[in-house]
Amino acid sequence: MSAPDRYLWSGNEAVAHAALDAGVTLGAGYPGTPSTEILEHFSALGGRGQWSPNEKVALEVGLGAAFARGRVLVTMKHVGLNVAADPLFTAAYTGVSGALVVISADDPGMASSQNEQDNRRYAVAAGVPMFEPSDSQEAYDFTLAAIETSERWHIPVILRMTTRVCHSLTVVRPACRLAPPPSTAFEHDIAGRVMIPANARPAHHRLRQKLAEILAWNEASGPNRFFEGDRTTGIIASGITAVHAREAAPTASMLKIGMSYPLPIEAIRRFADSVDRCIVIEEGDPYLADGIRAAGIRVDDKPEMYRFGELNVTRVRRILAGDVSPEPAAPKGKPPALCNNCPHRVAFNALHEMDCLVAGDIGCYTLGALPPFSAMDTCVCMGASISVGLGMRHALPEHQARRVVSVIGDSTFVHSGITGLAEMVYNRPPTGHVVVILDNGTTAMTGLQEHPGTGRTLDHHATGKIPFEDLARSMGVEQVHVTDPFEQPEEFGRLLKKALASNDLTLIIARRPCLLAASRIKQYERAAQESECSAAAQSGGSA
Amino acid sequence: MARPVTNVVFAGLGGQGVIKASDILSQAAFRHGYDVKKSEIHGMSQRGGSVTSDVRFGDEVLSPMVTDGETDYLVVLAPEEVESNRRRLREGGTLITPDRIDPAALANPKSLNVALLGVLSAHLDIPESLWLDAIHQAFPEKLHRTNDAAFALGRKPQ
Ligand SMILES: Cc1ncc(C[n+]2csc(CCOP(=O)(O)OP(=O)(O)O)c2C)c(N)n1
Ligand code: SF4
Repeated sequence: MSAPDRYLWSGNEAVAHAALDAGVTLGAGYPGTPSTEILEHFSALGGRGQWSPNEKVALEVGLGAAFARGRVLVTMKHVGLNVAADPLFTAAYTGVSGALVVISADDPGMASSQNEQDNRRYAVAAGVPMFEPSDSQEAYDFTLAAIETSERWHIPVILRMTTRVCHSLTVVRPACRLAPPPSTAFEHDIAGRVMIPANARPAHHRLRQKLAEILAWNEASGPNRFFEGDRTTGIIASGITAVHAREAAPTASMLKIGMSYPLPIEAIRRFADSVDRCIVIEEGDPYLADGIRAAGIRVDDKPEMYRFGELNVTRVRRILAGDVSPEPAAPKGKPPALCNNCPHRVAFNALHEMDCLVAGDIGCYTLGALPPFSAMDTCVCMGASISVGLGMRHALPEHQARRVVSVIGDSTFVHSGITGLAEMVYNRPPTGHVVVILDNGTTAMTGLQEHPGTGRTLDHHATGKIPFEDLARSMGVEQVHVTDPFEQPEEFGRLLKKALASNDLTLIIARRPCLLAASRIKQYERAAQESECSAAAQSGGSA
Repeated sequence: MARPVTNVVFAGLGGQGVIKASDILSQAAFRHGYDVKKSEIHGMSQRGGSVTSDVRFGDEVLSPMVTDGETDYLVVLAPEEVESNRRRLREGGTLITPDRIDPAALANPKSLNVALLGVLSAHLDIPESLWLDAIHQAFPEKLHRTNDAAFALGRKPQ
């Protein structure tokens, strides 16, 4: 048996355990690979974890809890931070009374994302400290360090993870020395939290002052590690790249940066001065390299071709050797496809047959863009289907405008499709518009999470539910239809044809549970009914 | 004696239990006291696409990913995935494929992943009891018998 103090955890599990051990009051987030499992583990371990409709809402809920002195974790994938950027930038000014740790799970190489943006730039842009773990042990330790930093300087902190750190299992020896959180309470601080210009101006100065203090702390005692090696080559790295680099160049000296904003620039200068050749090895953008060079320190950097995709030991060896010869193409495996009996197939068959111009969105159903359907023409970011479709309808000549359809999943609709409906009702194209919600009763893409349209919480208990059809009608959508693609396979096509020919604003909801979710959904519904019955019986008995 | 790092790569299609197999090996090696790292890309695998998972164990493991051409054991669950993963094997490395298992002897075709773990286990120094512990941890109790049998089928000397 393993010793009880030693565990094999993914980075996501390690964060969840750290949050639990630190007594985190609330974990909020929106699903997104590779971040999703953090809140699922946290909730399974007994923490209070909840899915918000989107990342902006999650961060604001977290901010409120942290104003009330809570210890808070907010989780999202990298593109989620774009959605949550608005509160992030000004939360840096207001600061927090408790702790607010924002997890940004980046996806270099785009294993499951629409871009490979490098969110380390957000730390600089917003002015919030950032930690970068390289394995599960550090995911655990740095979650605690982030909470401590946030509480000590009353500032939001970013924990920047990447797919490999989130999903790899590595050994962890957890040890939490944080005191339990204080009890929650709210104290008025109008000047500190109401960001009218008169209050925001001094708040900005306070923020820069905090960052200066955090920089001094990072220089003196931040989580940056020096690996003594030979002095001909010195490597500066952070996150997962540091372990690749240690393997690729076991004898080199290395400075591994654990807190990468504010950058411990004097420690870096001393390191660079102590070696013959200093090279920065990092995945994604030249974030470290730019920052180090801006301070006047001479370092080598990776060739541009290594900005793309993940790094690994082979690529780090190539970087160290200055090898810019073409890399062998990775052999193509079998690409993913919609499950054989996926309910989404019915809609994409019809869209394909009617030769529609499809403004699409993100989810399992994005696979409708691939053959045999090839029935999706755009997919950019969550929620864009409705608004992009409207833009196409506005700009195109009538005969083409009539063929435009916006297709969106149920979770995506709640995330950021509702404002698209508002736009449709408000700035109505002359040909009307057609929106299809592919309502499979779950967030299938990221592994079957609940959302406000399912009427169940993160841990699958019954809660309030938003009926999309009522919502759309109340917003002024003229034609609202609900159809089950399995019960009435022809009906979807008929409705679509009629809607395309009219000038109405039409919403078609194709409602059929995802195959993988169907049996679980039945179980949850049964459990909800049983608990309702027993509650009714109890209240009947004691009344 | 220092134990060098052993590199194992599992490959197959979504739904075949590739990741489950790598989880079981990781647990068994972990219980044996090794440093272990396991890594895969998952996210869209539920729709039948190619899946691979890397497991590394030894005294100290650095990168969680197995470098191309450095795989000691390549365990492939779907014959059509062999070619695309062959480059991962080192010279002299061991390829373990489904034809090592007689399908007629396998009570449930779904336990092919565990049967191939049985084949792999014969090459490694991890005690059988730790393998069985790891298998039992990975499945609900009602599946223990079938999986134990599948493991034994793969492990028996060929
Ligand atoms: C801003 C943002 N947050 C999260 C994600 C990750 N993500 C991609 S699609 C999706 C939701 C898919 O659910 P749904 O719309 O119900 O479609 P389904 O997969 O069920 O077909 C999520 C959460 C993302 N791409 N962008
Ligand atoms: S997981 Fe569900 S929604 Fe996704 S392709 Fe399969 S059946 Fe369709």
